[in-house]
Amino acid sequence: MTSLDILFGAVGLITAASAVLAVTTQHLVHAALWLVVALGTLAGCYLILGAELVALVQLLVYVGAVVVLVLFALMLTRAPMGRSPEHSSSAVQRIAAAVIAAGTTALLAAVLLPALGGEVLTARTGDTTAIATQLFGAWVWPFELLSVLLLMALIAALAVSRMPTTSPTSPVPAETEST
Amino acid sequence: MIHLWLPIALVCVLAGAGAYGVIARRNAVLVLIGVELILNSANLLFVTMGSVRGDTLRTGQVLTLFLITIAAAEIGVALALILALFRKRGHIDLSEPGA
Repeated sequence: MTSLDILFGAVGLITAASAVLAVTTQHLVHAALWLVVALGTLAGCYLILGAELVALVQLLVYVGAVVVLVLFALMLTRAPMGRSPEHSSSAVQRIAAAVIAAGTTALLAAVLLPALGGEVLTARTGDTTAIATQLFGAWVWPFELLSVLLLMALIAALAVSRMPTTSPTSPVPAETEST
Repeated sequence: MIHLWLPIALVCVLAGAGAYGVIARRNAVLVLIGVELILNSANLLFVTMGSVRGDTLRTGQVLTLFLITIAAAEIGVALALILALFRKRGHIDLSEPGA
């Protein structure tokens, strides 16, 4: 066990625990806040793995934008504050979900751990210049396509949120979604 | 020096937690949280593999940046859809039959 191992283990433990809490808690807003913890500590994991740029983008985009959007959606859909058992489905479906989740975890572990679990990686730091060179060199066309995708998503979100509804049961103010 | 089983174990746990969230939750926004967790486990696997097999194109980290962008676009559209659903039905409970 190296010191980076212990560091990654500690941060990863927080990530895993908060991810599990985010999908099991009965408070709606707590779920979003546990998601903040999970995504923020995952940025820490990226930092330990030597991917500074990805860690910063994760903090900016996920913790900064995506979670705010999720909280906005929770508020706009009149989420009940406080504890409520209504957010999870019936016990049978929860047990089935737990079995499927455990199966997914076991399957991924069975495939990935024997193939790669024994290896040791040396984290390279100070790699951002090389990433920038490659991003705007070899990857420049996918990069530009992604900006078109973001524009399309923005317009689509605008169009969907302004779609006329046939039977407005409980109107909310028109909301424009964009990241 | 990091032993590779640590990040891979975290990938497995994140994917499992996300799958549980997608199946077990009734609120549509909470289902989205599960989807985000699955996407993040894929991101972590990208970064880990990119660090192990260092190639000149830096594929792992660049693809992670792309995936974060795609996830942002996805959640924007998905939340707009959820709001439209809420306006039409008055709730976003996915276990109720459609109107």
